[in-house]
Amino acid sequence: MSHEHRLRIKTLLMVCLMVFCANVGDVLLKRGMSKIGAVQLSPSGLLHAFKLTITSGTIWLAILFLIGFTLTNMTVLSWADYSYVMPAGAFGYAVVTLVAVLVLGETVTAVRWFGVGLICAGVILVGQTRPRTTAPVGSLTP
Amino acid sequence: MIRFLIVLVIFVMCGASGEIAITHGMKRVGEPEALRPRELLSFLRRALTSGWFWTGVPLMALSFYLLMVLLSWEPISLVIPASALSYVVGTLGAKYILKEDVSPLRWVGVLLVCIGVAIVTAG
Repeated sequence: MSHEHRLRIKTLLMVCLMVFCANVGDVLLKRGMSKIGAVQLSPSGLLHAFKLTITSGTIWLAILFLIGFTLTNMTVLSWADYSYVMPAGAFGYAVVTLVAVLVLGETVTAVRWFGVGLICAGVILVGQTRPRTTAPVGSLTP
Repeated sequence: MIRFLIVLVIFVMCGASGEIAITHGMKRVGEPEALRPRELLSFLRRALTSGWFWTGVPLMALSFYLLMVLLSWEPISLVIPASALSYVVGTLGAKYILKEDVSPLRWVGVLLVCIGVAIVTAG
């Protein structure tokens, strides 16, 4: 297997993991906050919401997945181009739409499907380019 | 509307420059020797002592705060699609600051993603 091919597979796997962590984290956060209910914007209301938040297992699980997203994002950016990883990460929008339809049974408008199609086409095009186009970085401050 | 546009530009610039600073930091740190827990922990330790990483974090925090401000002014159906501009600004930053080779094919891909995200989030 060539170095280029290995780099492409490694980047693809890490981007998939990154998208998975971000989406699961967002869904868990939404579920956790829905359980807590609308936060009242008063000192006592905020304190009450804070107490409920830090004692919610769902919220902690969401934070764990969002930390996973941050770590995978940092790791993949250590070798791949930012202009490659950033658009590839938008694939998450397509995954969320598919999950909404297949798992949650939601209805998605034709316009939104068109948007998902554009995202997929864009990600496929970016995926055809080399994941890394820069040489190792020299010294710059800080 | 002018106030919204000014803050939108600052929000997009802060987000993109934060990501670019973190990307530069991670490139300087260098990739983990292997994707195993020991090597990943060593990578994380080096990453968290990078000045570029800690330059990027407050910029991204400011960007997040400005997003909250924008959402408090205008409907989400306007703010989130408009924030898809970040893809174009981020790619310009990658090309001119990080010196990445953004080929025409990659540009077309980024533009399709940008328009697609704007449509999905608006609809």
